Amino acid sequence: MDILTLFVALPALTILALIFAKDLRQSRTIAMVGSLIQLGMALNLLFAYFRERAINKEVFVFVKDVVWFESFNIHYSIGVDAISVVLILLTSIVVLAGVFISWKMPELPKEFFISLVVLSAGVYGFFISTDLFTMFVFYELAVIPMYLLIGIWGSGPREYAAMKLTLMLMGASAVLLVGILGIYFNSNADGGALTFNLLQIAEVNIPFEAQKLFFPLTFIGFAVIGALFPFHTWSPDGHASAPTAVSMLHAGVLMKLGGYGVFRVALFLLPEGALHWSWFFIILSAIGVIYGAFAAIKQTDLKYINAYSSVSHLGMVLFALLMLNKTAWNGAILQSLSHGFMTALFFALIGMIYGRTHTRDVTKLGGLLKVIPFISVIYVIAGLASLGLPGFSGFVAEMNIFVGAFQHDNLFYRIATIVSVSAIVVTAVYILRVVGMMLMGPVKNDAYLQLEKATWFERTGILLLLIPIVIIGVAPLWLSNAILDSLTPFLAHLT
Amino acid sequence: MNTVNFLLMRQEILLTSIVLLLIVAEIFVPASRKKSIIHLALFFFAVHTLVGFLPMAEGTQFGGMFRNTSLIHLFKNILNIGVLILLFQSADWLQNKIFSQDRGTEFFVLLFTSLLGMYFMISAGDFLMFYLGLELSTLPIAALAAYETHKLISSEAAVKFILSAALASGVALFGISLLYAVSGSIYFDVVAVNIEQNPLTALALVLFLSGLGFKISLVPFHFWTADVYEGAPICVASYLSVISKGAAAFILMIILFTVLKPLIDIWENIMYVLAVATMTLGNLFALRQQNMKRFLAFSSIAQAGFILLGLITGTQLGAATLVYFVAIYIFSNLAAFGVVQAISQKTGKENMSDYEGLYRTNPNLSLVMMLALFSLAGIPPVAGFFGKFFLFTAAASEGYYLLVFIAVANVTVSLYYYLLVIRAMFLRTHPDAIPYFKNSLYMKIGLIATVLGILSLGLYSPLYEYIHELSSKLL
Repeated sequence: MDILTLFVALPALTILALIFAKDLRQSRTIAMVGSLIQLGMALNLLFAYFRERAINKEVFVFVKDVVWFESFNIHYSIGVDAISVVLILLTSIVVLAGVFISWKMPELPKEFFISLVVLSAGVYGFFISTDLFTMFVFYELAVIPMYLLIGIWGSGPREYAAMKLTLMLMGASAVLLVGILGIYFNSNADGGALTFNLLQIAEVNIPFEAQKLFFPLTFIGFAVIGALFPFHTWSPDGHASAPTAVSMLHAGVLMKLGGYGVFRVALFLLPEGALHWSWFFIILSAIGVIYGAFAAIKQTDLKYINAYSSVSHLGMVLFALLMLNKTAWNGAILQSLSHGFMTALFFALIGMIYGRTHTRDVTKLGGLLKVIPFISVIYVIAGLASLGLPGFSGFVAEMNIFVGAFQHDNLFYRIATIVSVSAIVVTAVYILRVVGMMLMGPVKNDAYLQLEKATWFERTGILLLLIPIVIIGVAPLWLSNAILDSLTPFLAHLT
Repeated sequence: MNTVNFLLMRQEILLTSIVLLLIVAEIFVPASRKKSIIHLALFFFAVHTLVGFLPMAEGTQFGGMFRNTSLIHLFKNILNIGVLILLFQSADWLQNKIFSQDRGTEFFVLLFTSLLGMYFMISAGDFLMFYLGLELSTLPIAALAAYETHKLISSEAAVKFILSAALASGVALFGISLLYAVSGSIYFDVVAVNIEQNPLTALALVLFLSGLGFKISLVPFHFWTADVYEGAPICVASYLSVISKGAAAFILMIILFTVLKPLIDIWENIMYVLAVATMTLGNLFALRQQNMKRFLAFSSIAQAGFILLGLITGTQLGAATLVYFVAIYIFSNLAAFGVVQAISQKTGKENMSDYEGLYRTNPNLSLVMMLALFSLAGIPPVAGFFGKFFLFTAAASEGYYLLVFIAVANVTVSLYYYLLVIRAMFLRTHPDAIPYFKNSLYMKIGLIATVLGILSLGLYSPLYEYIHELSSKLL
């Protein structure tokens, strides 16, 4: 079996093993071993990619193509470039951290880990697909376990949140389906055969009228899961109700499918449609950036703060993608990665704080730095990374995004950029506010004096997520170069 | 004509002999051992299903009244598998409720006769054979719907069904006679050549479609559906919603695509309106249902709306995706009805609220139900996703993007109510949840077969390719 298919096959094996697990101990061990191997494979893929890249200059490497439905010309075709490789690495790290964070899952542990692994299989499959149909299959496969994960193991209004999230994301995928069919039936515009293959479609000159019609459908279809304003409303509710590991996976990984899909499908296959519509979606995403930041200021629930912060940060990803230039795109990919690690880390820490204090209300917490120093210090670090302090990944990403965005000398772009940049200041406000209220000051509740220190599995989960943030922040060049290298064919296609 | 030609009717002849054998068995099996007839009937029908897979020649019989093509043969096999699964699922119910009252054999006789009618209907080469098949398939169902005689609601269902069915057949027959008037023939081949667009043929078409719309329960001909499903025994409701609907959709496709093809400008508009109305209204009614049988009734109305997306195209792609979708739909719906049947016959509970906490007590049944509902909702990797995706592809290939858009919006709405059942089973817990129970061997076979179908039909592509190839000969 080839190096990429293993990423889908291994979760399948893990699920098979999990079916026979009897209790929590067995389930979590199997899940941990499975995700450890997955992480090993992802690291191996990273090095293998660099080796392969040195000799192979195709857009995608490790390609494989198997005919699936011949009459529709549907193929199981896979391949990766630097962008998918780093996102796969992100996924494997977050999944492993998620397994560690769920070490003490009290209820239906087997089912929990199975759903988690199904989700991750969908995500891996999505990142390796180079065929629209398989991509779509994996996309839906990644979304549907969320319903059970939030609905069964969630808290608060979990049924409502799970239903809202599932319906909004599935509704978006329904819109996407029309977009995909539109692309498919225009893929013979140059007289070739109908195809779902990304690279083959990219070579076709799809008529402008069709691009104009199907770009918004495809863009919205993907961008809803990337929390595009005003379709972001599923995200705060979903995150707040989800159990910790699911929030981590969802904000850290699943929401990245949106930006990735926009980049790979909407912008790549329908470039003229993108140019035609970009002004409209730039406005929406700029609103998302600034709105998410301001909404986060007003929240008192830690999870809501982080959820709105995600809306703001992922708004930047969409914003940068729509800038349609090299620097901004590089920033978008880096931001996806950086946000993935950071927000997963945040949710992990929030889960730990909630597990100890049984509240997520910042006004009731205080002085935690004195009682649980490890968790608190990491929280401060994550916060600083999130507000874009140099030395952490957030800075590198946002720097690229806004430098790229400012390269347009058109007044509209300038204004949009300035508006979005101002969100960074607001981010600093809500991050520092939480740090001040929750971690500093006197301990507000005597019961908090006896809080349990972070356990080994919690520390492992946290460090797994923190290390990449620092690596990207301190040494971004190798990553940036690899991404820029992979962006070249996409940029060339744009002009 | 010689005896070899009769082999074209192999399936019909075999099924008729089974019916006759069962009647004879009913006479000779002593009352104390009547229940063995269930095993006998199951065995006969299983053999019949297997024999059906032997290769069969194509050709016509009785001067073109009866015909057989590979696609028709395949569809009969699909129907056979469906009925076989249905028999496995209802064996318990027959044994405990029906045979204890000493009137079980008739059940098989009526069911097989109805299936025989469907064979003739889909094999029809002229409108007379078609009409005879239609009637032969409909009338026994009325008797079957009234099978639980101790329940008033069951008799009510039968009366509603027979009255609506009689009206629908009458209307269809009027349409057929008008077609005869304009074309001078009832043979499909001749009608196809002679027919042309004029107001009279349009009227004939509308009347004919109304009659068949009743069988497929398209809005606005759906009013009988929910009441009959609710009142009839579950396996009869299941039969109505999968076998009867599937066969009617198939023959409607054949007649529209081959015989009435010259009128495509008219019927594609009608189909457009019917598709939108059926999907939307079926979904909206399904949202509020509490009784699982009514719930599945409205869900199956909505599914019929999706079937029309394949019908509207009039192309080979439409035909192939329609047959494929119907095959998947049969498995998915049988799985859902099977679980409802299993729970109903053990506990008598049929409401959605009774399913709360089911996963904690009966995980396997809940998982089957979840797969079935995911398949009906069209969620990968189960088969329903592929069925729907391909149907939508067929509609989009003819440029019906707006219709596809309405359809996918409806898919999202339908996902909501399918998730309601999953919510009850998985998300909730209930102190009085249905306690764990063991299913009989037959029920297990019936459910496992549907699950295998749901899992394999989509991911395993050769089946679709086979249908695609067969349907190329249709046009």
